[in-house]
Order: sequence, then structure tokens, then C-alpha cells
Amino acid sequence: MDNNIAQPPTRLQQTYDVIFRGVCRSSAVLTALLVAFIVIKITVAAMPAMRQYGVNFVTTTTWDPLTRNFGILPEIWGTLFTSFLALIVGTFFGVAAAIFLSEGLLGQFIFAVLKAVKMETNPFLSQLPDRLEGIIKNLIELLAAIPSVVYGLWGIFILIPMIRPACNWLCAKLGWVVFFGTPLSGPGVLPAVIVLSIMILPTITAISRDALVAVPPKLRMAAYGMGATRWETILAVILPVATRGIAGAVILAFGRALGETMALAMLVGNANKISLSLFSPANTLASLLANNFPEAGPQEVSVLMYASLVLLAITLVVNIIGAWMLQKAVGVGGGR
Amino acid sequence: MAVIGGQLKPDLPAKFAGDSNMPGQINVEELEKSLLKPRTIFNQLLIVFVTVLTLTALVPLFSVLWMLLWKGGHNLSLAVFTQLPPSPMEEGGGFGNAILGTFVIVSIASMISIPIGVLTACFLSQSETGSGLASTVRFAAKVLTGFPSILAGVFAYGALVLTMGGYSAIAGGVALSILMLPTIVLTSEEAIRMVPKKMKEAAIGMGATDTQLMWMVLLPTAIPGIMTGVMLALARAAGETAPLLFTALFSNYWLGSSGHIDLRQPTASLAVLIYNFAGAPFDNQTSMAWTAALILVVMVLISNLIGQLFSRRQIN
Repeated sequence: MDNNIAQPPTRLQQTYDVIFRGVCRSSAVLTALLVAFIVIKITVAAMPAMRQYGVNFVTTTTWDPLTRNFGILPEIWGTLFTSFLALIVGTFFGVAAAIFLSEGLLGQFIFAVLKAVKMETNPFLSQLPDRLEGIIKNLIELLAAIPSVVYGLWGIFILIPMIRPACNWLCAKLGWVVFFGTPLSGPGVLPAVIVLSIMILPTITAISRDALVAVPPKLRMAAYGMGATRWETILAVILPVATRGIAGAVILAFGRALGETMALAMLVGNANKISLSLFSPANTLASLLANNFPEAGPQEVSVLMYASLVLLAITLVVNIIGAWMLQKAVGVGGGR
Repeated sequence: MAVIGGQLKPDLPAKFAGDSNMPGQINVEELEKSLLKPRTIFNQLLIVFVTVLTLTALVPLFSVLWMLLWKGGHNLSLAVFTQLPPSPMEEGGGFGNAILGTFVIVSIASMISIPIGVLTACFLSQSETGSGLASTVRFAAKVLTGFPSILAGVFAYGALVLTMGGYSAIAGGVALSILMLPTIVLTSEEAIRMVPKKMKEAAIGMGATDTQLMWMVLLPTAIPGIMTGVMLALARAAGETAPLLFTALFSNYWLGSSGHIDLRQPTASLAVLIYNFAGAPFDNQTSMAWTAALILVVMVLISNLIGQLFSRRQIN
């Protein structure tokens, strides 16, 4: 009996091998073609509207199915305006959380407390700093796990009633500031921006944290060795080195904010207005699609496809720039 | 920093100890960090500031979870799982059909995206680093990750709803599978690549073909990592609303209430139910929306948790 289990593959196994490799390869090709197919499908469906409305579609402001006048400038404005504001808020909190998580501030604080009460060698308590930091990291990731429609629900019933008195007070007292120009009568830009920034925060925190952790330790050591305080180190050394990674995170989060639909469809008010006011209702491309597609007639579908194409173009450009910057950031980190 | 001074001073020759202005000598007093210097105060303030910001960022999470339990919990009963959605003025009711519909749509999406995704990952993990096709596929997967979910719905609408002549669970499933695919591809590839090289080389040394290597060594070892990706993708898909709005639409009746299960009918899902009822002016419907949201979040969190358990097994 042949005890050697190593043996050359039989003809049958070789045939299987060829077939399986073929199947793998075709799935991979399928995945790549899917993107192309989606773009082509939407473009083809948008063709009639593109021919009929041309560039006017993105420069005019009326949306009226009855008179067949379609323009999406307010939606483009609303999409960019809400995403941009959400990005500012989200970056502020997100990068702060990333610093908090990557610098071990909490861990060191708890360790100091434990040491003060002389409990730092207790087997359970000594793990506490790491554990707590892990918990906070998971909690921030949990923010991303909650479905956007639930955030929308929360926004309608909790957030809007909560911020409304403050907003209306601001409007009454500081109405001359263009951002507070109108009262908040219900859904509007501000609640949408708040919810949107909550939704993009985990993305920013996760990717920025990776960028901060990837900063070579010797840079940090060098800064401490020169006598810099922790914050001088962070602001003058670590953040500048991690800039590109953080910028990539911010741009990817921007792409996500642009495409976010449900929370905005529920909170932004769906009014075709171009306004700088934070409390006025507005509209975004994604929520325009969500609201109009279910009842669209054959003619309107083409118009909506055109709007989808505009959204697709904006998000694709933003995402590709973000992915490219992150790739560069990895290159820089590896080079040093 | 008096400690350092205390340690240094005994070692220094006596003549230097008092005279720190000599060139080449360190003035220990000058190095002392006073807690009252502006830069140390600034340091402490910024630490507090960042801590406060991080904790503030978590407030919405607790608010959402608390409100779900508070507003959704009191309505929770068995009827919720077994009855049909209430009409505007009706009392009671449930959303059993929406829970079932969510499971059906997500299953369709998994049946499409898991095989294609894992096979694509097999191809990617076995390809050489310079391969043009592999980098194109990887790029496509990354583009799909940032793809707005509503556009997956638009695509499924154009490709399936218009051609099949109606809203259907299948169209909803296809739309969700587009969103699940990139997560599965990228995490599975990572998981397969994490398999120790020794195992791979041992199998090749034994004369295994690529297929045998994949099925007998790489996939069994990588399965926890792949499952993590699958569970995360499932969690994301279950919560997606936008792609279902105009692909699976909604239905007030059970799937297959006409006697046989027909996947080419409009199908209810939890996410769309929440969206529809959130805007409704009737109290019973809005409180139903909260209960549905509670159940949806519990489902999503459970699949996230299972995914994390798998990933922990992978590390050990």
C-alpha cells in the first residue's frame, strides 16, 4: 500500500482546477463589469432627458412635472451645502475622537487614578484602561451600525423638537445673520446636518485613527525629547504627518454624506429652495430621487435617471479622489 | 522634575552642583515643568477639550438607543410579530410581514452576493501583485464601497423593475446585493491573504492544485474572517431603506397571501415600514415605527455582534 499522501493531481482534479479558476476569474470580471454596467444603464436611461433638457437641467431651479419643467440646481446646492456643513461638524468631532483614541488619553488617566489609589497591580483593574478604550472605540463604530432610517425617525421625533426653541430664538434675535434668516418650522437644514454629521463621524474617526497610529513612533519620541508637551507634539508633529490620511478620511466621508438618502429625505424638508439659512427647508439629489421615483411616470423616470447620473458623477469624483489620497498616505507612511 | 534633579546632583562633581550657568551644563531648574506655565495649562485644557468632544459624540448614540427602548419597548408584544400593519385609524396591529419580507429580501441579496463575492476574493487573493485585472477589480470594489445606496436602487429599478413590469422582492434583493458585494469581496480577500504562508506552501509542496489549495486549506482557515465580512454586509443590507423604496416597494399583506410565495410581488420590509410610518400623522402608526426601529436595530446589532465574535476567533 502506498503510504505517501503526496501525489500529482489526477486528470479529473486538473479539470476541476481549470473550471474553478475559470469560475473565480469570471466572478471577478463580473464584479468589475457591474460598475461599468451600472454607469451605462443609468446613462442610457437618462439619454432622452439629456437630449431634451441638456445643460439647462443643472442650471434651472423649477421642478414641475405638470409643465414638464425640470431643473435640479436647488438639489445640487442642497446636497453640497448639507454635506459640507456636516463635514465641518463631523471632522471637528471625528478627529478629536481619533486623537482621544490614538493617544491613549483615557488609559493614562485611569492608570494615574489607579496608581493614586494604589490599585494598579490588581489583575482586574489593571486591564481597565485598555478595556475602556476598546469600549469607546466600539461605541463610536456602533454609531455607523444604526440604520439611517432610524436616525431619521430619531431626528423627526427627538432632535427637531429639541433644537426648535433654540433655533427660533436665534432667528428672532439674530435674524439679520444670513444663516439664521428663517425660523425652523419643522424639517430643515440644521437637523439634517446634525444627523448627517453623526453618521459620517465613525468613518472619519476610524480612518483618521489609523493615520494617527501609523505615524512613526520616533517622531513622537523626538518631539517629547525636545521637551514638547503632549499637545505641542500632537499639533506640531503628529497631525501634520497624518494630514494626508485625515484628508482622505474627510473626503471619503464627504462622498458618504453626498449619497446619504434616508435621514435627509426625512429631515431636510424637501423644498426646492436655495437658501443660506440653516433653518430653512431644502432638498438634496438623493432625497429627490427617493421621493419621486415611487410615483414616477415613464417620462419622469428619464429625468430622474438624469438626476441620478449627476449624483453618480459627483460621488464618483469625490470617492476616487479620497481613495487616491489614502493610497498616497499609505505610501508616505511606508516610506519613512 | 525635582526627582531628576535629586538623582543627577549626587553624581555631579561638587563644583558644578551649585553653578549651573557654566557652559555645557544643564540647568535643571530651567527644565522644570511648572503646572502654571501657559503651555502646560494649554495642554491640560486641550486634553479636557478632546475628552469632552469624544463623549459628546457618543451622546446621540445613547439618545437613540434610549429612545428606541423607551418609545418602542412599551409596544412590544407577540402581536407585533404575527399581525399585519395597522391602517390609519386602527388600533394594535404589527409588522410580521415586514420582518418576513426583510429576511426574504436579504436572503435573496445574500444568495447573489456571497458566492460572487467570495469567488472574486479567491481570484484576487491568488493573483500576482502586478496583475491588471486584479487591480481593476479591486478598484471597482472600492468604488462600490462608496456607492450611494440609492443609486443601487435606481439601477435595480432601471434593470429589473422596468423590464419585469413591476416592483418585486427580487429587484430589492438585487439592489441590496450590489451594496453587500464590495464588503464581502474586500474582507474575504483580506481574510484569505491572512492565512499563514507556510500552510499554503505545504499544500503546494504536497502537489495540491490551486483549487484543492483553496478548498482544503485557504477557505477553511479563512472562514471566520469571511463570515465577519458577510455578517457586516448583512447588517448593512438589513438596515438599508433607500434602495428598497422603489424596488421592493411595500405591501400591507403577507408574502404569498395569494396561496403561493411569489417573489415577483411588492414586498414589505422593516426599513420601508419605518420610513412610511414615521411620516404618518397617526399615533398608532408612529409608535409602530418606533417598535419596528427597535427590532431592526436589535437585528442589525446582533449580526454585527456575531461578525465580531467571528473576527475574534480569527485572531486567536
